[in-house]
Amino acid sequence: MTAVGIVCAVLLAVSGVLCLIRVVRGPSMLDRTVATDVFVASIVGAVGVHAAVGRYSSTVSVLLALSLVGFLGSVSIARFAARDGDGGPHLEEGEHQ
Amino acid sequence: MIDILAGTCLILGSLLALVAGIGLVRFPDVLTRMHAATKPQTLGILLVLLGLALRVEDRSTLTVIGVAAVFQLVTAPVSAHMLGRAALRAGHIDRTRLTRDDLSDESGEPGEPA
Repeated sequence: MTAVGIVCAVLLAVSGVLCLIRVVRGPSMLDRTVATDVFVASIVGAVGVHAAVGRYSSTVSVLLALSLVGFLGSVSIARFAARDGDGGPHLEEGEHQ
Repeated sequence: MIDILAGTCLILGSLLALVAGIGLVRFPDVLTRMHAATKPQTLGILLVLLGLALRVEDRSTLTVIGVAAVFQLVTAPVSAHMLGRAALRAGHIDRTRLTRDDLSDESGEPGEPA
């Protein structure tokens, strides 16, 4: 079972790095939100694999909390982006930030 | 025997997460990236939770695992729907790639989203 844990850890770590690459590259806020959703899914998978390999049952409730927080985050960002137009702060012509 | 089954489920779920990461980096726009992103959010997490359910020792944990699975199945489509609608309204969609577009009129102008 340790070998399964190592294989899963490598797969999930590569997945997390790829998600972070998309978060950094963007280009829009919705792309970043989708990438963050997959990142949360990877973390949920990692916690689940950790609990399964070690036969822990104490971290199972963390899975529930993580999926709830990820859902609320992506929904609120989607509401914000839909209202805001292009999903980012509007800058007028000649205005600098 | 159960451990082999659980290990297979865990590895398949992790593999789906890797596939989604590759798709996120390589696909061109928001909708195609969402297509890649849904795989670990539903099937991947369900496989990992199934592997976990086969491994845990006390029965009471199975309830929490079942609630987590149901919750994941209910929330993933809701957030995907809201993200897709926000992408459509914000104009982040490459409409030339669509094979069918019910939300734009004959002239190709985007219509009022339902």
